[in-house]
Amino acid sequence: MTRVRAFLVALALCVGLAPAPAAVLTLQAPGPPQRIISLVPALTEMLFAIGAGPQVIAVSSFDTYPPEAASRPRVGALLDPDVERVLSMKPDLVAIYGSQDDLRQQLTRANIALFDYRHGGLDAIMETMRRLGERTGHGREANEIAEDLERRLEAIRQRTAGRPHPKTLLVFGREPGSLRNIYVSGGRGFLHDMLVVAGGVDLFADVDRESVQATTEAILARAPDVILELHEGPAMDATAAARAAAAWSRLAAAPAVKNGRVHVVSGEGLVVPGPRVAASTERLARALHPAAFAP
Amino acid sequence: MTATIGRRLRTVLPGFAVAAAAAVLLAPTIGSTPISLGRAFDRSIPWADNVDAQIFFVARLPRVLAAALVGSTLATSGVVLQALLRNPLATPFTLGVSAGAALGALLAIAFGLDVGAMGVSSVPIASFVGSLVATGIVYALARSQRRGLSTNVLLLAGVTLNSFFSALILFVQYLADFTQTFRTVRWLMGDLDVGSYGPILAALPFILLAFIAFALLPRTLNLLTLGGDLAAARGVDVGKAERMAFISASLATGAAVSLAGPIGFIGIVVPHLVRLLVGADHRLVLPASAFFGAAFLIGCDVVSRTAFPPLELPVGVVTAMIGGPFFLWQLVRHS
Repeated sequence: MTRVRAFLVALALCVGLAPAPAAVLTLQAPGPPQRIISLVPALTEMLFAIGAGPQVIAVSSFDTYPPEAASRPRVGALLDPDVERVLSMKPDLVAIYGSQDDLRQQLTRANIALFDYRHGGLDAIMETMRRLGERTGHGREANEIAEDLERRLEAIRQRTAGRPHPKTLLVFGREPGSLRNIYVSGGRGFLHDMLVVAGGVDLFADVDRESVQATTEAILARAPDVILELHEGPAMDATAAARAAAAWSRLAAAPAVKNGRVHVVSGEGLVVPGPRVAASTERLARALHPAAFAP
Repeated sequence: MTATIGRRLRTVLPGFAVAAAAAVLLAPTIGSTPISLGRAFDRSIPWADNVDAQIFFVARLPRVLAAALVGSTLATSGVVLQALLRNPLATPFTLGVSAGAALGALLAIAFGLDVGAMGVSSVPIASFVGSLVATGIVYALARSQRRGLSTNVLLLAGVTLNSFFSALILFVQYLADFTQTFRTVRWLMGDLDVGSYGPILAALPFILLAFIAFALLPRTLNLLTLGGDLAAARGVDVGKAERMAFISASLATGAAVSLAGPIGFIGIVVPHLVRLLVGADHRLVLPASAFFGAAFLIGCDVVSRTAFPPLELPVGVVTAMIGGPFFLWQLVRHS
């Protein structure tokens, strides 16, 4: 009993000694933020693209692009942000992902400005880019880049517009060497939007989700004209790509397999909703409509 | 007594066998897509043009066969381990086999291993190796105590290894990147969409080997349930019997888990239901569980692939939904 009482006293002391959040002095930064931390790779890419790179002092553990970003200190990522490090670097703006509720609370309590973000469709990428520009004092550059991306996407759309749009299975995950755990794009999100711009009809457009675990039965029943498999990471050589495509040969009745229209697209940044999205979309379009891009 | 058991085997077992056979035959005809069986078996249509046949033979049949094999294996392993550990709540995953298998699978996913063999991808191979390592560790620990196997040490070593491997699994997940972590989580939910017959054929020899051992065990298991000393007094080589039971159950579980992930609760729900139906004699419980386990998992898999088409409910979630409440009911009933 005495032990319990002692513990309670100790607990009360701890609570009493903790600084009251309201007592923290608020210092409002006068100009645009100069010490930005980005915990989201897509936002890091945007920051560097719009010219806010010099203001970025730290990035997430998964940031590899652009190369300047990779040289910044790393402070954790979506699931494991290093709050102490973030605080100790005295940032004046932290870009976080929408689901990082604990981090949001901690940073708000510490009076640090936040840029809150969630993945969305292609429109959301442009909107985020412009919002980020305004917030960091690079509104004009951000607008230019967003407009440029919009122009390039529109050009791709125009280029493939007159052609028949094939029913496409857009795969972004699969157990290597088998047809297990196949993850494909559903009818929402930037991958779906990219496919539509590239001139394809999403095979799982009716499923209102960003990702769908597709069974071989559902794929056979829906009969894709094209299977487009994305491999994020270092570009695969021809042998590796052919081996990845060969895994689909078991579904011989799928028109995509019958007509040799299983395409493997690999490379860095394919599934990052950032400034490289137009380039990635063009790669999808070239795979779907090679004739439209023939010289 | 022998006459009675003989008669009961002849009257009761065919019922279970028919149920399992019916499940194997019916399940491939059920799915999210309506198919024409006539077309599926029409040999005059070229294979590449016959969608119905491919849905039947490529998408559904491997799943049903995998479910039958895994369900049967986990159910019988559950029976053997419950007798061996003299604990009605033991499961095939109690002794650390599944945690070892999970660690192996997760390492393969996290390091992006891509070295398949015989139509089997790296994940099942790594997972089977993991299960063997776990079995080896638990066995060595249990052997080190006295001449035979100490079931107490077996249980404690298994439970401890489970926690230790779970910690390693969390560590690997923490180090892995986001998409890999998601894949590992999905693997842990169990998945019967094996994609081809290769993984089933690869698991089959190990499971058959274990089943041969199981076939020799029932009479011994009956005596073991009464206690080691009593069994020894009746002429049972307790050490040998326990070794055989442990190794065969672990081998079978490892092969089943590497095929379909750790699908929970089969190993406890099925044996108990079977005991409710046919009594406690292992000569009856063991074969009946083999048939009933197959039918049960095939049924759960039908639910998992038809509940929300085109999405799929992980089969481990279905078995847990049925098994969780059942397990608690057993716990209350026994205490």
